[in-house]
Amino acid sequence: MCFKLIKKMNRIIKIILSDILKNKIVLAFTLILAILSWSSFALEDNSSKGLLTILNVILFTVPLVSILFATIYLYNSSEFIELLLSQPIKRVKIWMSLFIGLSTSMVIAFLLGAGIPLLIYSPNAVGFMMISVGSIISIVFVALAFLSSIVTRDKAKGIGIAIMIWLFFALLFDGLVLFLLFQFADYPIEKAMVGITALSPIDLARIQILLHLDVSAMMGYTGAIFKDFFGTSLGLIVSFLLLCLWAIIPFSISLKMFKSKDL
Amino acid sequence: MKYFLIILLLFSFSLNATTIHVGKNYPIKSVKEGIALTKDGDTLMVHGGWYKEGNIIIDKKIVFIGKGLPVLDGEKKHEVLSIKSDSVVVDGFKVIKSAYATITDPCGIKVYNAKYVIIQNNVLDDNFFGIYLQNCQKCTIKNNRLKAYGKEEQQLGNGIHCWKSNDILIIANRIDGHRDGIYFEFVFDSLIWRNISTNNVRYGLHFMFSHSDTYITNIFRNNGAGVSVMYTKGVKMFNNTFEQNWGDSAYGLLLKDISDSYIFNNKFISNTSGIYLEGGSRNKIEKNQFISNGWGMKIQANCMDNEIVNNNFLKNTFDISTNGSLVLNTFNNNYWDKYEGYDLNRDGVGDVPYHPLSLFAVLVESNPSTMLLYRSFMITLLDKSEKVLPSITPDNFVDNKPLMKPLPL
Repeated sequence: MCFKLIKKMNRIIKIILSDILKNKIVLAFTLILAILSWSSFALEDNSSKGLLTILNVILFTVPLVSILFATIYLYNSSEFIELLLSQPIKRVKIWMSLFIGLSTSMVIAFLLGAGIPLLIYSPNAVGFMMISVGSIISIVFVALAFLSSIVTRDKAKGIGIAIMIWLFFALLFDGLVLFLLFQFADYPIEKAMVGITALSPIDLARIQILLHLDVSAMMGYTGAIFKDFFGTSLGLIVSFLLLCLWAIIPFSISLKMFKSKDL
Repeated sequence: MKYFLIILLLFSFSLNATTIHVGKNYPIKSVKEGIALTKDGDTLMVHGGWYKEGNIIIDKKIVFIGKGLPVLDGEKKHEVLSIKSDSVVVDGFKVIKSAYATITDPCGIKVYNAKYVIIQNNVLDDNFFGIYLQNCQKCTIKNNRLKAYGKEEQQLGNGIHCWKSNDILIIANRIDGHRDGIYFEFVFDSLIWRNISTNNVRYGLHFMFSHSDTYITNIFRNNGAGVSVMYTKGVKMFNNTFEQNWGDSAYGLLLKDISDSYIFNNKFISNTSGIYLEGGSRNKIEKNQFISNGWGMKIQANCMDNEIVNNNFLKNTFDISTNGSLVLNTFNNNYWDKYEGYDLNRDGVGDVPYHPLSLFAVLVESNPSTMLLYRSFMITLLDKSEKVLPSITPDNFVDNKPLMKPLPL
């Protein structure tokens, strides 16, 4: 019985995956990522500039494309979902397979586009950290897309919410943190700030990469505090767990809503 | 011709030097006994073995040679070797375990008020102070290896310590794990050449009030607080390497109140701060490489008339940082890898001036926690807009002739 269910789920994932991977937007995304990464590595004689370009891609482009594409895909495939729902398949399985299919395809796109040049030009701790963090960020923003698309039935509103989520984490959150830093400059808030970064997946990702990319600067006083936490293997595990939570929590909320949703 | 013969005769008289052997297979077994038998100009040859003789004092002009690396052991109770005469040569000993005391500063080898002393090819292991020159002139310290094992600053002495001396040559020594690798106080007109100073608990090189000294082709690596030099004028530093000095108050090279000095062709690699310049004036910093540092240069606003020309700034997190808006120094013809200008007439010099001080560097200087936001998109945005329209950063902090290609250094 259980085996049969998994088999059924696998079949749905396969259908979704083949559908998405043939999608022109995903192909274009992969291609653009590849062109960006290869050219930034090949044009500069030192690899640090290439790494910076990819860092910006991970912190900016990957979240945007992941959340937008996933949201739009979910709205566009509402009829397909309805069709599946008329079959004797559990709702959990359908939503799960959609999530797995979408996030797998985004991760594949990222790995093909940016992962391969990273492996070739920077096969060290920084490179591996970027690959793993980039993959998790893709999944996190697919999960957030699931949340934003389940909140409302209106496609335009859903996409709007998705863009707002991205804008908040990519830009506004850091502005807020900067504001807080200067408001409370007289207080010893370094440790509290470590906690606050957990509230944004992009910041978590950025700091993990930063600790590998700008080691020398991070050995300064405040840097050392961050390094004491994030740089240790415990900190590394905690921040990866937090990143995973950022994928699991939005998705499970959306799953709960999907289960009881009147379609 | 007659006079010449007389002079020759006189010389032959003084050339009447003997060699005395000390060792297991020789009639004289003790170093102290051997020294007592020598007179000025003699050679004392000590053969391999373990000599625990407390404090050995050399007070005659002798050549003191170790054959097969004889060990002079201070048993953590004595200063091992004290030199109290001019023109002594100490060659080929292993000096270990000097005492520890904070008032007398016992050393592996200490030279008291002497001239023309040569200390070479020795191994110094687990001493409080390594080699100590006190009020000496024209001495040479060459080819020695010094190692200490303490963890705390107060348990350790300096590797090569010179006080109130001049015309000293310090060549090709390796110093590891002492408090300061090389320490100078009131030492003038000396040369420090091809030394390697690593893993010292405090500074790799530390000097104060030591004018007109020259430092060439030394390596200072992974020292607790890098290299620190203070209150000195006329320093020349050529072709040295400063690397991996990490920590908040660790600097590749800390210059405090240094003036009229020339820092040329050095490499600063992977330090938290490459150069920290405070209260310096009329220094020229030319053709250096700043690579992968947290801060390439921190130049405080109380520095004036320093020239920073023809340097390469590569892969640094921040190229330059300062603590005020006053700029009395010039930055010209440097290569900055963050420069984004163009060069229409193809003369190798960018047509747009470069402002090396980023807004974020200023923010971090005033509020260090801001480092948390480094490389975030918003910070990049702020930095870019500041580059176009400088409002917070001083607009005369500028390289008017930034180079398009790194200098081949």
